[in-house]
Amino acid sequence: MGSIPMSDPLLKLSGLDAHYGDFQALFGLDMEIATGEVIAIIGANGAGKTTLMRSISGLLSNEATQVTFKGQTIGALRADQVAYAGIALVPEGRQLFPSLSVEENLRLGSTVGRTGPWSLDTVYDLFPILKERRNQPSTSLSGGQQQMVAIGRALMSNPELILFDEISLGLAPVTIKSIYDALPNIISGGMTALIVEQDITKALAVSSRVYCLQEGRVSLTGRVEDITRDQITAAYFGVDA
Amino acid sequence: MNTVTRATPASRVAMIIAVLALIVLAAAPWWAGRADLRLLGEIFLYLSLACLWNLMAGYAGLVSVGQQAFVGFGGYMLFALAIFGGLHPIVAILLAGVLAGLISVPIAALIFRLKGAYFAIGTWVVAEVFRLTFAQISALGGGSGSSLPVDIVRSLADSRSGREALSYWLALGAAVTVITCVYLFLRSRRGLALTAIRDSEVAASGLGIDIWRTKLEVYVVTSAFTAVIGGLLFLQKLRISPDAAFSVNDWTAFVIFIVVIGGIGTLEGPIIGTILFFLLRETLADFGTIYLMVLGVVAIVVMLKAPKGVWGLVRDRYDLELFPLSYRVNTKPKGD
Amino acid sequence: MIEWINAVVQGILLGGLYALFAAGLSLIFGVMRLVNIAHGDLIILAAYLGLSTTMLLGVHPFVALLIVMPAMAGIGYILQRGLLNKTLGSDILPPLLVTFGLSVIVQNALLEGYTADPQKLNAGAIETASIAVGGLSLGVLPLLTFGMAIVVIAGLQWIFYSTALGRGFRAVSDNQDIAQLMGLNKAHIYGLAMALALAVTAIAGILLGVRTSFDPAIGGGRLIFGFEAVIIGGLGNIWGTLAGGVILGVAQTIGAKIDPGWQVLAGHIAFLVVLAVRPNGLFPRVEH
Repeated sequence: MGSIPMSDPLLKLSGLDAHYGDFQALFGLDMEIATGEVIAIIGANGAGKTTLMRSISGLLSNEATQVTFKGQTIGALRADQVAYAGIALVPEGRQLFPSLSVEENLRLGSTVGRTGPWSLDTVYDLFPILKERRNQPSTSLSGGQQQMVAIGRALMSNPELILFDEISLGLAPVTIKSIYDALPNIISGGMTALIVEQDITKALAVSSRVYCLQEGRVSLTGRVEDITRDQITAAYFGVDA
Repeated sequence: MNTVTRATPASRVAMIIAVLALIVLAAAPWWAGRADLRLLGEIFLYLSLACLWNLMAGYAGLVSVGQQAFVGFGGYMLFALAIFGGLHPIVAILLAGVLAGLISVPIAALIFRLKGAYFAIGTWVVAEVFRLTFAQISALGGGSGSSLPVDIVRSLADSRSGREALSYWLALGAAVTVITCVYLFLRSRRGLALTAIRDSEVAASGLGIDIWRTKLEVYVVTSAFTAVIGGLLFLQKLRISPDAAFSVNDWTAFVIFIVVIGGIGTLEGPIIGTILFFLLRETLADFGTIYLMVLGVVAIVVMLKAPKGVWGLVRDRYDLELFPLSYRVNTKPKGD
Repeated sequence: MIEWINAVVQGILLGGLYALFAAGLSLIFGVMRLVNIAHGDLIILAAYLGLSTTMLLGVHPFVALLIVMPAMAGIGYILQRGLLNKTLGSDILPPLLVTFGLSVIVQNALLEGYTADPQKLNAGAIETASIAVGGLSLGVLPLLTFGMAIVVIAGLQWIFYSTALGRGFRAVSDNQDIAQLMGLNKAHIYGLAMALALAVTAIAGILLGVRTSFDPAIGGGRLIFGFEAVIIGGLGNIWGTLAGGVILGVAQTIGAKIDPGWQVLAGHIAFLVVLAVRPNGLFPRVEH
């Protein structure tokens, strides 16, 4: 159903299982994502979306071969090693470092020392307000501005794959709009992106393909234009349409 | 029919063995030599200290490295009350316990402001204050200490063997009392709440038990008992000095090692730990500092590899519980 | 009157040494919430390493720092990565009990290696040199110690707030997971923090050993002084440790002025008074 065969995917999940202690959150997930694709990951609360982000980014450890990135098995790597490999996560709830200023938060993003289009200057060009507030404590910013720092911080590592986890959560609609308006600019440079969202419309508007998760399994996948609302509803809530 | 019980076959067997062992041990003055009797007495006092420290650290989360404050306080109060108050030593020791309980309340009010590891060092400061203060009291011998006068020692019993037997029975009685009290407390509502706090903060908040007050009670009662044990320890030694009375190595380091190696947060742990500690000590004591380093290494390895100690390993493997604390559901087939 | 002023001034200078005891503790707690019970014994270890270096190479104790500092830093890094990292987590028991065990091991290893005899580092003429300031005679060594404390604390402050390493320390302290996502390996960062703390400990140990005689058993007391300075100054405030050290030092010298036996006791009482009146210390860190 709609899955596209790919010769050399950027990211490949093969039978990804994830556990929190005795609780299993993901069951044998398979995914293939090509360079430059923008993928929406949707699903209800508890479907396993954030667990998926944590597994890919290395915050949750998995079997080495369950996650492959650029042909390398990275499932068992620590998060800092995954970051060096070129994957960045914009975490749910922004999670800035309160002891660090705006600029220090951004600079920390470049720890891995990867080169590319993104630098302090280009991030400030993207979000000019951050330049004005560069020396303020990150916690003094509004929610939307904090989200800009979180996105900028991830971009500073010049990743090849960027993961967005619920970037609209807890923000005012006008702020969400401005962030989603900026998103195409961010991704246009050939960066591959995975977007986790509760707001399905927002996610589908910027994505080419979609995976829907339900209780830790892929319940639907395909090109955005090929999928109907009813299919999504069924895959989302697990009821027959 | 399903029945909920605490007792298990193992715990009933343990109970019977314990009663038999107690009878044999109570008769020790008739079958044990003088040196063995003394060693057994020391073992019981260490066992008591270990049970008390385990209650504080393993159940109430109050990790103290300053219990020597109360050991020394009890010892000094025995000397002071017996020498200057003219009290019988046993009365003096009991009164020392009461006084320690009283003095521990303002101390707790102060050091409970410190959290976690800082609480631990705070207790150490208190012990140092005690040590330095008693070293200033010239009536008790100042820094060099003093001995219990002969007439007071004689008031215990006329013969030396009589005194040694009495001292031994007091130690045995103290150990039995401490273990029983700790066990009964842990079975009580407040004790269960403590275990719940330790196992899950969330569960405890729903129990409606004043956690701070429960911890305070544990601290006060433990301090009082510790002082009584301290009194008994120095009744055995008949001599006291600030450095011996408030020794962090003797009264805290060893006790911590006993509990950690035996199994912290279990009732059986201190018993197993005490036995292992004295076995090690009797075989390795000639090596002095090496012995202490080995003890330190063993404690670290146990803490990292088996945080519930030797007893934890045994329990997980055989599902044993000698002191029935947890409830079990016994499922019996229907129709019998 | 001049005697009392003298006692206060000597106390302030003594506070510099206590601030050096405290700085390492404060740094470690700030980065990884670890309280190292063996801290005092590691100070004494540094003093003994200084002793061995001066005896083997025939150098001045201050020159020995060139060897002892990197040695202690190396010990710190290995200790952290090999042992202490394994104890970190939500449970407070493992770090507490493991560092307590470590304290006993270090103490007895020193006893085994150097015996219980008191030792002293010989720094020559500087030990007795003094300069007269307005009727007071200030020892060069205490002045040097105090100056060293200021330099060390200013240095730590600079590392913490103006370098990439300090940014890493603060980030890991704020949120381990997210810091890891940024490419920081927290095991390594913690190792570096302990290395830095024990490098400071090396300075403290050498200065202690030049000032007074030492033996393997006195580590616990140094831990307590450092701890008292941290709490008096206020948790999480590096400059606060200097203030805390000074208050502790002054309390001790004034206590000693009243009765020599009261020196240490007076310091403990000052600490307990601060704890009673200002439980968060005199200069707690202001959260943004």
